[in-house]
Amino acid sequence: MKLITAVVKPHRLDEIKEALQAFGVHGLTVTEASGYGRQRGHTEVYRGAEYTVDLVPKIRIEVLVEDEDAEQLIDVVVKAARTGKIGDGKVWSVPVETAVRVRTGERGPDAL
Amino acid sequence: MAPAITTLAADAPELSAANTGFMLICSALVMLMTPALAFFYGGMVRVKSTLNMLMMSFISLGIVTVLWVLYGFSVAFGTDSGGLVGWSSDYLGLSGIGVTELWDGYTIPVYVFAVFQLMFAILTPALISGALADRVKFTAWALFITLWVTVVYFPVAHWVWGAGGWLFEMGVIDFAGGTAVHINAGAAALGVILVIGKRVGFKKDPMRPHSLPLVMLGAGLLWFGWFGFNAGSWLGNDDGVGAVMFVNTQVATGAAMLAWLAYEKLRHGSFTTLGAASGAVAGLVAITPAGGSCSPLGAIAIGAVAGLVCAMAVGLKYKFGYDDSLDVVGVHLVGGILGSLLVGFFATGGVQSEAKGLFYGGGLEQLGKQAVGVGAVLAYSLVVSAILALVIDKTMGMRVDEDDEVSGIDQVEHAETAYDFSGAGGGASGRATAPAPVVTENKKVDA
Repeated sequence: MKLITAVVKPHRLDEIKEALQAFGVHGLTVTEASGYGRQRGHTEVYRGAEYTVDLVPKIRIEVLVEDEDAEQLIDVVVKAARTGKIGDGKVWSVPVETAVRVRTGERGPDAL
Repeated sequence: MAPAITTLAADAPELSAANTGFMLICSALVMLMTPALAFFYGGMVRVKSTLNMLMMSFISLGIVTVLWVLYGFSVAFGTDSGGLVGWSSDYLGLSGIGVTELWDGYTIPVYVFAVFQLMFAILTPALISGALADRVKFTAWALFITLWVTVVYFPVAHWVWGAGGWLFEMGVIDFAGGTAVHINAGAAALGVILVIGKRVGFKKDPMRPHSLPLVMLGAGLLWFGWFGFNAGSWLGNDDGVGAVMFVNTQVATGAAMLAWLAYEKLRHGSFTTLGAASGAVAGLVAITPAGGSCSPLGAIAIGAVAGLVCAMAVGLKYKFGYDDSLDVVGVHLVGGILGSLLVGFFATGGVQSEAKGLFYGGGLEQLGKQAVGVGAVLAYSLVVSAILALVIDKTMGMRVDEDDEVSGIDQVEHAETAYDFSGAGGGASGRATAPAPVVTENKKVDA
């Protein structure tokens, strides 16, 4: 199994969700996150005092998949997340040892 | 404030139901300004000190109200002694005042005048709190308010508005509180911050406002309440002067907001909500002493000057290194000075009094009087406030511990959190205890 993590622009969430559903993904986890990459931040001014806000709001989407689906699923996420502008985010995958469905106790791919 | 209208007729004025009703409504409007100020300031601080900022204003509604009844009204508006303070034993506890007894020379009961003036006395120390954000012990602040209104606000209100008060008798024009409220609070703020010092991380850490919608809400409610503050300060509507004040309040505030926004756009590139709110407040401050003596076009000029100059003045703290956290000095002191001095230029001689300003052929006389009023209140408030802060600091301490300031004054001083958005209750465990017998061993809980 693989854990696919995507840190992307918040307004792409709906597109990504729809694309994942169409691909056949049954569940995912979304958290609000903040950070920066090459995009860096932006400047805000309060009564003349300038602040550089370097942490930009992002969402983090996490999906568990079987190994053979991983590459294809990454492509699906990247396609749905892309706007072509700086700050579109990153997607990566890491191997997962095991997964358990809490209600039934099923393990491994059966738990997905 | 209005000169008594005894010249209109030989017989004493009678109670006017219209004026009395109007003044009660104005009193309620001015009361609203203190919670409005609390939100205006509360939105400007970081999340961790929101509640403390709100409470610094709210506590004034308690402390000053009680002191005013006990002796404040007597000191401010009792029989004059030496032009410096008042004292009337009838006013102590408001206990010797007849229900239908009229305020001398006016058509409203003494009770109405007393409660209207009370709302000013509440607001003024609350204004100071904006300069002290994030770092002052709540008990020290409560003690400061108590001492400050006693030796600064009550006497200064007497100087400016009390019959026999030395600035009042000299002919200084302060319609609704440019000197007594705004210069007074602004100078006090400067005096206190010079004693207590900067917030931890000032000029180093970002200190962004945590909620600009709260700031806008507060500014809007201040603007609304200010009509009671300004138009009500004529104490009645028998001659139209209060209506002129009402109009000028609106006009100057609008102009000041535009001026601040224009400055910001040119200087920093954007029209900000904080700029709009701040510009409006700067205009309200500046028109407060002046709106009863200028024309609407004069009010546009006064507002525009105030918006522009205050927008520049809020940057001074970074240059000189004093931590006027929410710009009480930059807006209230500077705006109050501007408005009070501009009376000397823009007084038409045709509204609240016959005194004419420089632009209306009146020469320098009125400007000179205004300068005396500004200088006297500024110097007195600055020095006495600094001394009070120093005394409190040397005895009980003005500031919370540095660690507590960094982790957030709300939890340390109030044992509360302003916002809990997490479904998990922010990790809170335990259950609410019943008010009935809970045996505790008086354990000190680590905050």
